[in-house]
Amino acid sequence: MRIIVQKDPFDGGSELNSFTAAQSNMGAIVSFTGIVRDVSAVLKHMDIEHYPGMTERALEQIASDAMARWDLGDVLVIHRYGKMHPEDPIMMVATASKHRKDAFEAADFLMDFLKSRAPFWKKEQTLTSDDWVASKQEDEDALKRWSRP
Amino acid sequence: MDVLYFAWVRERIGLPKETVDTKATTVLDLIEELRAREERYALAFSDLSALRVAVDQDLTDFDASIIGAREVAFFPPMTGG
Repeated sequence: MRIIVQKDPFDGGSELNSFTAAQSNMGAIVSFTGIVRDVSAVLKHMDIEHYPGMTERALEQIASDAMARWDLGDVLVIHRYGKMHPEDPIMMVATASKHRKDAFEAADFLMDFLKSRAPFWKKEQTLTSDDWVASKQEDEDALKRWSRP
Repeated sequence: MDVLYFAWVRERIGLPKETVDTKATTVLDLIEELRAREERYALAFSDLSALRVAVDQDLTDFDASIIGAREVAFFPPMTGG
């Protein structure tokens, strides 16, 4: 399990290659990379604030929960903070498993929890405004499908 | 105890962190004390449904105990990923 919180950009391709090379006898690797998107064609940059200390704890907890729930060989989480521009990578997750379904489901779970349970806050600076991104009810609802009786 | 603010809560209150000398035993008690201080605190804490709280870096509820806590953080719902 590897958790990285960093300011600098990362190369998703080479991170995925290293992650894959470090596994043995894993039949499935799934990865997701989140990219800064300019929804309105006026985005200058995005700033991500985080809570140093709690961020690492929360990411480790989320990754540990995934490791406990699915049959995984390994998990990688990279999440950036600070200033980034359209097309820049924001974060990535990768999962390694013997089985495709475990790798996919765990990656989906990690993404749902990273969205609303890891202490990051996005602020978008556009040509005309400087606004905190509002959380979405659908992101909160997405967590419910992972709850177990 | 250290009280930390993030995102628009930090902007509204005007500082990222302060040390608070308090006898409050729950997060809600602490919020009441802060609200009574100044308008900017009252404003930041006017709608608790728009806020989240962490005690010693664990997400928790507003009725949680803060007895013995080292830090309490207030922030809006998270927008990671």
